[in-house]
Amino acid sequence: MLDILKTDKTIRWAALAFLALALSGLVIDAWILNNLMFGLARGLAVLGLLVLWRTGLISFGHALYFGIGAYTVALLDTFAGVTDLVLRLGVAVAASAAIGFLLGFILRKYRGIFFAMLSLAFSMVLYGILVKIEALGSTDGFSVSATTIFGWKPETKFPLFCAIVATAVVAIVCVQFYLRTTLGHLTTAIRDNELRVEYLGYSVAKAIHIKYVISAALTGAAGAMLATALGQVDPDSMVNWTISGELVFITIMAGPGNVVAPFIGGIVFEFLRTYAFEWAPQAWQLIVGGALLAIIFFLPRGIWSIFEKLMARIKGSQG
Amino acid sequence: MNRMPALRVKDLCKSFAGITAARNINVEAGAGEIIGIIGANGAGKTVFVNMITGYLKPTSGTIEFFGKDITGIEPRDAAHVGVCRSFQVSQVFMSMTVRENLAIALAIARDDGRAMLKAPGRPEIRAEGERLMRQFTIFEHRDAVAGALSQGVRKLLDIAMAVVSNPKVLLLDEPTAGVSVEEKFAIMDIVIVAMKEKGATVLFVEHDMEIVERYVDRVLAFYQGEVICDAPPAEALKDPAVIEYVIGSGRAPTPTAAAGSPSHA
Repeated sequence: MLDILKTDKTIRWAALAFLALALSGLVIDAWILNNLMFGLARGLAVLGLLVLWRTGLISFGHALYFGIGAYTVALLDTFAGVTDLVLRLGVAVAASAAIGFLLGFILRKYRGIFFAMLSLAFSMVLYGILVKIEALGSTDGFSVSATTIFGWKPETKFPLFCAIVATAVVAIVCVQFYLRTTLGHLTTAIRDNELRVEYLGYSVAKAIHIKYVISAALTGAAGAMLATALGQVDPDSMVNWTISGELVFITIMAGPGNVVAPFIGGIVFEFLRTYAFEWAPQAWQLIVGGALLAIIFFLPRGIWSIFEKLMARIKGSQG
Repeated sequence: MNRMPALRVKDLCKSFAGITAARNINVEAGAGEIIGIIGANGAGKTVFVNMITGYLKPTSGTIEFFGKDITGIEPRDAAHVGVCRSFQVSQVFMSMTVRENLAIALAIARDDGRAMLKAPGRPEIRAEGERLMRQFTIFEHRDAVAGALSQGVRKLLDIAMAVVSNPKVLLLDEPTAGVSVEEKFAIMDIVIVAMKEKGATVLFVEHDMEIVERYVDRVLAFYQGEVICDAPPAEALKDPAVIEYVIGSGRAPTPTAAAGSPSHA
């Protein structure tokens, strides 16, 4: 079954690039390392949105799963003292996928703006619950204690960085495998013509449901990783609608062309925001928004299209 | 015919908010029969096709497929039992190539529960896709994106996608609509030969009486939601009611029949 990926160039290049990125963690400054961790974590969520976007579905409420992932880590830490990274990630992914599975029964019936707005509504329900309930941290949230990896407590952030890079690679391999299967190819087929898919004998609702659960699981993983890297969760920085908007923002900026694009988008966004904040603390959103406008005007298929053009040029000069 | 009919439709009715689109339709179609469905626009032909293939649920009546009740079946289940269809407006995946369209169709048709996790471009699917493309004479367009194809080629692709699961009953809604005159007969030749080889029953909606005369074993003429004639073409096309309400003045053999009849649709 996995022979689908044997000849996959994306996986090979991505593995090499991410290995180099992980090694760079040994020499780069701490603030760059932090930004890369945040960018890669967000990239996981954007990969989840990309899976939906390929079918023409945009969710304005993925902060729901981002929040579920992040709060799973925080609650496990606060109430059960769980600090192990694998356990945190595993439970967060399972919880997000489970909620995604349940809500999927409703959301799979909707398309377009209705899908987007219903997703937003669900995420704001979670936001409301978190803000109102003292036991869940209310507006202050929780701080998250430093992570351990199989009982070992790292001195630096480098091992966590490597773990995030590894998670990104695993996610890329899984999503690329999914997109290469018949089920994954239905992604474009459903966007083109739902009626034909039904008449061929496959349930469009089921295909969208599966896609939605995959997307939820990836975004849950993103939330868990970001919470661990930041060491803090609160409703405004994890579950509010602005976070959903941020994820959609990065998705558009990155482009739907490739499974690696979300991570590039995530990292670019993190640095763009850092510099924008430094240059114009009062108006950093203006710079970030301007950058998105420039990308929409000049690179309608996102940052990834730069790589596509470069590769086409290299191929052209070889030929 | 002693054998069980491929399709048995009993007292089928459909109404939309008080308007009757199908009224007491009773039809039997034997295995391997080729049946032409004729009627003016709004006569209920497409409603009939839509009810059999599960796109519309009948208000009352039953539909049996080889003795099995399939009334109100879901479209995807219709495909599984062996009732497939093409559409008046081709329903293909416009952003994919001809080859990819057929690969997806074949991969879903061959799904045994695990096949959805395999690549649609695997060798056995590729080989079958090529065979189908040759059979439907669209092989030369294999790498063209469906959205860029001519109407005729897209129709052929649409029908090829409808037959991937080897249906026992195939319903074609105006297979030659929007297609040039030269292409019409070519399309029908290909489709009818392919279906006869498999012994499948074909019901197709058609406005062109030359095509009806040439290909069908039986004609079902619809008028205002009712079947007004069910007979072999030689008989049906001479039936006064069919001439008056379906064929219209353009084809009317006698001046009396042409008077006041609906125009040829």
